[in-house]
Amino acid sequence: MSALDLSFFNADLVRQFLWNGFVFSIQLTLVAMAGGILIGTLLALLRLSGRSWLALPAAAYVNTMRSVPLVMVILWFFLLIPFVIGRPLGAEWSAIITFTLFEAAYYSEIMRAGIQSVSRGQVYAGNALGLTYFQTMRLIVLPQAFRNMLPVLLTQTIILFQDTSLVYAIGAYDLLKGFETAGKNFNRPVEAYLLAAAVYFVICYALSSVVKQLQTRIAIAR
Amino acid sequence: MAMIEMKNLSKWYGSFQVLKDCSTRVDRGEVVVVCGPSGSGKSTLIKCVNALERFQQGEVIIDGISVGAPGTDLPRLRARVGMVFQHFELFPHLSIMENLTLGQIRVLGRGADEARDKGVKLLERVGLREQAEKFPGQLSGGQQQRVAIARALAMDPMCMLFDEPTSALDPEMINEVLDVMVELAQEGMTMMCVSHEMGFARKVANRVIFMDRGEIVEDALKEDFFGKPRSERAQQFLSKILHH
Ligand SMILES: Nc1ncnc2c1ncn2[C@@H]1O[C@H](COP(=O)(O)OP(=O)(O)O)[C@@H](O)[C@H]1O
Ligand SMILES: [Mg+2]
Repeated sequence: MSALDLSFFNADLVRQFLWNGFVFSIQLTLVAMAGGILIGTLLALLRLSGRSWLALPAAAYVNTMRSVPLVMVILWFFLLIPFVIGRPLGAEWSAIITFTLFEAAYYSEIMRAGIQSVSRGQVYAGNALGLTYFQTMRLIVLPQAFRNMLPVLLTQTIILFQDTSLVYAIGAYDLLKGFETAGKNFNRPVEAYLLAAAVYFVICYALSSVVKQLQTRIAIAR
Repeated sequence: MAMIEMKNLSKWYGSFQVLKDCSTRVDRGEVVVVCGPSGSGKSTLIKCVNALERFQQGEVIIDGISVGAPGTDLPRLRARVGMVFQHFELFPHLSIMENLTLGQIRVLGRGADEARDKGVKLLERVGLREQAEKFPGQLSGGQQQRVAIARALAMDPMCMLFDEPTSALDPEMINEVLDVMVELAQEGMTMMCVSHEMGFARKVANRVIFMDRGEIVEDALKEDFFGKPRSERAQQFLSKILHH
């Protein structure tokens, strides 16, 4: 086997093969994060509502999602959706919806812990002012829960970003797929995968440094 | 006429009865101090007044409105009853001024400027005008509790509930909070205060209630209570807290 040759890697290749995949990976991460936190927060509220007809279905959903490998959820959703809606959904859209629904289960566990980290006294204080249940949640509890859990939410997002590479299973064009395609094109698969690893590493490492800084900042603020 | 009326109130946590057939009343302009050993149900009792805690039996009537009745608009009723907690419970993610304006804006529907003006006046009143833009975590315990009183007053309450407002404070900060409470009492605010500050009780209370194991054991005029508490339990309790 010949020595590593990275000379094929240039701006042109980035533009031609990588940029679109990179944009999609970021989009997928951001949409699944936003949607996942939103749905996850709703699930957490249902689970903490104290009403079993709301809490049990939410718990069942979360536990099911957390017991199934993500790649299977990606595949099943992609394969089953044409039967449900009567036409195929593109791999990209399918991935976005799957990731949002899947990540919601994980974010909901984080938000549940976050809500429980806010003391009962805060709820009393909100209610005593005349705030309704939903106002107390939205204005008092959730902002504190969110702030307390910010490092954990971001850590989950880093994992989410890494997991986006699993969309190779349904052929969506993400960052990894971009590298793979480039590698095939230049007949340099080893170099391409090495570079891919380096890019994922740099992004995730940078993000976890941010998380670390946040953690110390929050620790000081308390 | 009674501002707060409590009739045969009983409450259980599971099979544990935390309140046993409690009845009392607080008239307009009256100050009633509630004392008793730790765990006797004082916090639970005062939280039942504005239905922060649910109760299974009996009735609480505030200003003619039954708190436990199914049709009662609890948020609206609570907005008219100020409450101050042992651990202040300021909202740590909001500035002092936002703590004071949140309820005014979201519950009473006041405009931001009006709410702010009111907030400034109340901060001046409790001597904390300069702290408006700080956050609760930057204030001392005594300062936080004064802000908490101001937050409750910002809603123009018809009566005030206090749950051991000074017992989480360092000794040197107790008086700055009590001074604000004494002033309120002297202005004619209707107050129900869980407190062991007997100096405060002697100064401004009309009546003193002594609770033990979920029961109201004594409910007497201040003069009678300090003169000759009838129950042995109350005497024991008083001798303990007065001789420390
Ligand atoms: N949420 C709860 N669940 C079960 N028991 C409780 C709860 N809150 C309070 N209690 C019990 O009720 C009793 C009265 O508590 P509390 O009203 O806080 O007393 P106090 O304020 O006089 O110290 C205590 O024995 C306490 O352990
Ligand atoms: Mg108590």
